[in-house]
Amino acid sequence: MKWNRKHLLGLEDLSQEEIEYILKTAESFKDISIRPIKKVPALRGKTIATVFFEPSTRTRTSFELAAKRLSADTLSITAIASSVVKGESLKDTVRNLEALKVDCMIVRHECSGVPHLISRYLEASVVNAGDGSHEHPTQALVDLFTILEKKKTLEGLKVVIVGDILHSRVARSNIFGMTKLRMNVQVVGPRTLIPKEIERLGVSVSHRLDDVIPEADVLMFLRIQSERQKKNLFPSLREYSENYGMSIQRLKNTKPDCLIMHPGPINRGIELASEVADGPQSVILDQVTNGLAVRMAVLFLVAGGGE
Amino acid sequence: MEKSKLMDAQTLSRTLMRISHEILERNKDLSNLVLIGIQTRGTHLAKRIQKNLSTIEGIKIPMGYLDISLYRDDLNQKGAEIKVQKTEISFDLNGKNIILVDDVLFSGRTIRAAIDELMDFGRPERIQLAVLIDRGHRELPIRPDYVGKNVPTSLKEEIQLFLTEVDGKDEVELR
Repeated sequence: MKWNRKHLLGLEDLSQEEIEYILKTAESFKDISIRPIKKVPALRGKTIATVFFEPSTRTRTSFELAAKRLSADTLSITAIASSVVKGESLKDTVRNLEALKVDCMIVRHECSGVPHLISRYLEASVVNAGDGSHEHPTQALVDLFTILEKKKTLEGLKVVIVGDILHSRVARSNIFGMTKLRMNVQVVGPRTLIPKEIERLGVSVSHRLDDVIPEADVLMFLRIQSERQKKNLFPSLREYSENYGMSIQRLKNTKPDCLIMHPGPINRGIELASEVADGPQSVILDQVTNGLAVRMAVLFLVAGGGE
Repeated sequence: MEKSKLMDAQTLSRTLMRISHEILERNKDLSNLVLIGIQTRGTHLAKRIQKNLSTIEGIKIPMGYLDISLYRDDLNQKGAEIKVQKTEISFDLNGKNIILVDDVLFSGRTIRAAIDELMDFGRPERIQLAVLIDRGHRELPIRPDYVGKNVPTSLKEEIQLFLTEVDGKDEVELR
């Protein structure tokens, strides 16, 4: 197939074929990181800016390293260091960046829809690195890539996403991607953290983790996002952990080859017990490694394409 | 467009056997010889040469394959059309005598990209180039060491190589 998209704003509007194409391309990029020279000249002469209005370590460094491995020049803008704190509008900030001949902007913002908005008035390519509670497409692609790498297939697998579905852009992007690739997705969490009518997205809902663990091929735990919760949506972290945290005891009820995933950063002892996070079923560090390959593939496709 | 057959299965097989013999004649020391095929069809040709060398000399020459997509100099024009495939070289290239194998030699830009990529893996002692068809029109100063067939072409013409492994038949056509 031919890649024809200038931006990557979410998985909702990508076709199954496009998602599979990115995953296939990422496979080729994975080997570059184990070569003696971990760099290819594919994006030489291009400039890629990470524009992060929200804190991030792993996504920003992963994108930056991906750009560098493709020989692009990179610049990094964070909210605290940008003119936004001096009162400049978002639009002016990104247009000024574009005036510096930036070819691709990787944007993270606390408000849903910002990358879409920016993409409308820029010539540069825009990649959504997380917008509010909306989407985080590259993280979902990383998750799909990691599952595919371990399980060799995606279709028909049962994935259970556990935790704060309401605030999670990772969950939303994963649901869009996984249902398009014909995986069975179930979301599990307290009633207050599951959006109403989420079944419309093609997923099933449960509020009891213990009921669904034995059937799961993949258990994906989400971080409790205290920064997005304005009111108390569950009684206590201790109670949350007892009901929805992955303990060693619960791990015994999983299939032996069930994957344990977490997009990070982990609240150890809340979403995952340390023994589980560091245990043999955990693929959390594989997710980080694969993040580089997937982001290289995404940058290559959106920024390396025809003028 | 009218087409003419340049090689059938038998000619193709004989041509690869001749190239294999030429490689052996020129490389007396086989201990550091390696074959690198350029994806996709160059890889299949390299595999066949590897098999020939094994039949003649009874030794298996190490083989790797190279995808040059990320080293192309026309990404801006062709970016959307390029499909990145795998590069796999599981041995050290330092000091090796490399036989780089491709199907059709044309402008020389693919070979330039392949040499650049090989250099990122190490410092080979020597790189030699084997191609099944040389159709001319070089844009870079690149000359093959082993040529299956020289076919002077016009720029409007196309050489199409079919291989059993990917196309179900062995044949070379001029269109």
